[in-house]
Amino acid sequence: MTLLGELWEELVEVLLTLVSAIPYVIGYVALILLTALIWRLVKRVLTPKKDYVSLKTVTFGDESAVVSNNVASVVSIVFLFVLWGAFTGSKLLPGFLHAPGPFIGDASFTYTVTAADGATDDATVAVRVYPNGADVEDITIEPGEGFAKNDAINIVAYRSSLFRVDENDELGREDEAFITAVDGQALESGGSVAMDFGRVSMTPRGTLNIYPSTGWQMEPIWLPPPEAVWSRLVEIADTGFRNSTLWEHLGFSLFRVIVGFALGAAVGIPLGYAMGLSNWFRGWFDPIVEFMRPVPPLALIPLVIIWAGIGEVGKIILLFLAALWIMAIAARSGVSGVRISKVHAAYSLGASKWQIMRFVIIPNSLPEIFTGARVAMGVCWGTVVAAELVAAEKGAGMMIMTASKFQNTDIVLMGIILIGVIGFSIDMLMRQAEKWLVPWKGKG
Amino acid sequence: MTGLQISDLSMRFDLPNGSSIQALKDVNISLNEGELLSVLGPSGCGKTTLLNIVAGFLAPTDGQIELNGHRVEGPAAERGMVFQQGALFEWMSVRENVGFGPRMKGMKPDEKRKIVDHLLDVVGLQEFKEKAVYELSGGMQQRVALARCLANEPDVILMDEPLGALDALTREKMQGLVLKLWKETGKTIILITHSVEEALLLGERLIVMAPRPGRIHKEYRLPFADLGVGQDLREVKKHPQFAETREEILSMIWNMEEEIMGRTEGTDA
Repeated sequence: MTLLGELWEELVEVLLTLVSAIPYVIGYVALILLTALIWRLVKRVLTPKKDYVSLKTVTFGDESAVVSNNVASVVSIVFLFVLWGAFTGSKLLPGFLHAPGPFIGDASFTYTVTAADGATDDATVAVRVYPNGADVEDITIEPGEGFAKNDAINIVAYRSSLFRVDENDELGREDEAFITAVDGQALESGGSVAMDFGRVSMTPRGTLNIYPSTGWQMEPIWLPPPEAVWSRLVEIADTGFRNSTLWEHLGFSLFRVIVGFALGAAVGIPLGYAMGLSNWFRGWFDPIVEFMRPVPPLALIPLVIIWAGIGEVGKIILLFLAALWIMAIAARSGVSGVRISKVHAAYSLGASKWQIMRFVIIPNSLPEIFTGARVAMGVCWGTVVAAELVAAEKGAGMMIMTASKFQNTDIVLMGIILIGVIGFSIDMLMRQAEKWLVPWKGKG
Repeated sequence: MTGLQISDLSMRFDLPNGSSIQALKDVNISLNEGELLSVLGPSGCGKTTLLNIVAGFLAPTDGQIELNGHRVEGPAAERGMVFQQGALFEWMSVRENVGFGPRMKGMKPDEKRKIVDHLLDVVGLQEFKEKAVYELSGGMQQRVALARCLANEPDVILMDEPLGALDALTREKMQGLVLKLWKETGKTIILITHSVEEALLLGERLIVMAPRPGRIHKEYRLPFADLGVGQDLREVKKHPQFAETREEILSMIWNMEEEIMGRTEGTDA
């Protein structure tokens, strides 16, 4: 029952998070619909096209009438970057598009101390909020009159600061003199007072906690602006990261994928052919392949590390295993998918078994093998990055993992973007190769 | 002895559930060289099984087939086959498809090219020879299939509903082509079809098969194939004997279908 209870609590938490995201999702969808509406108006102004699709009256439900709108794609990407820039205060964006940033600059507030005998005195606290890493000068202040003395404090943007303003006062806690108000508003332990620049609260022990406003922007440590990621890319491409250049990191990942995939294909394709052509081989390998196929390659990482260590061999074994089953299954279904009439036709045209293999079965299975290769390359790329996250000296995954340990979020983002770009390029290349090498795909 | 002898052919195979099916029973056909035999019959009468046995793709449980005096024991180039559709190699061009048989024999390239060019002229596809087969229409694809089969110079051509997937107009044109090729090459042809008209137009001889077990029901010798050579096939269809035979065969097949329906309903009840 405790397990069920725990799971229920988890579920509630997840659902509450989702619910809190609903307004944002609604806003995003509203924006999409709005841009769609604008585009429709713009199109009406432009000369209307009269191609075949635009003359269709039924488009809702007609799959062939729905094509990806390039304008929408561009707007979507641009919007993503604008959003990113707006919430990071990017210099690429004009200032009016920025979300409100954190408070930076000087501000002050007064606090009132009430002594044990009921006497009160005010003093001023000067607050200077400065960006992280910037040079800052202290504010010079006069102590002022009365038993409460004026104070000054420097606070880094996005941070808050506990400040014992009564430390320099003539009467302190030990004299039963307590802060009772801030800026004229009564303040008790646990309460807080809103200010122009943020808010001031009081801890249970009577210390003031100053929270300068953090605004709506993200701190660079959570999300750096786009130009910071770009300049990181330029910097790392130039000077490298952790004793290796960027190209070495990416090159090592690619090298592992290509070698692992090539080995997996070199073993998997003949294995698949054997399974597609012989009862005995099919019976022999079916249980093994069907069992190994649903095991995610990532689950094999611990075993591979135990057996082969964290060097290149272990990673290539892992990628070999990731590609092997996919390629074997693709080749098997490629062989099984040959129309019997083609094989019969070839036999009655005098072809030998070997000629049937070479001229009918292999070309007929190539489209399936290419589909399998695309899937396998995708899985291998994902697996190599994950394996490098666990342990590696070089590689894209190692780069982002190490960077995350030092909170170099810009490097992490850069790495993720590069990994995405490379994965996408691999898929594009495979598709292009497919077009060139098996133009008969889907034409049988 | 020349020609094709099918003697006492029977085919019976077991089903996974323990029962068995008698697909063919005591089929005897003797075909002289150069004859064109049409085979008709309701679905399930074993036409295709018969053709697959002649082609060598299936081994009969009883009886045997002899071609030019030797026993048929597997597929071979002497028995060419034309399928309904989808048997062309879409990874090869039209020219490569037609030249497949000669290439398998290891024929020299220029010899092969001569044969291929000639056949592409015969079927009227000379200008499409570099095209991929999937770029051609259904009728053109069947022309390629015919040419591919002829390029191998088989003694017997087995046709399994070669025109079944074509539209009516293309089908008529292709019937004329088949007739022309048959007369010009003098090949022995077995043609399986669902169309009674096609069987009558093309078959010098015609066999109507009956189902359960698959057997020969009735045999005809027909004059229409000879009449049709070099003539509009629509004129042949106006022949009074044509209509008469067609009606006779149609009602014969109709009765067989009725009987099957009745029998299954009877067992169900």
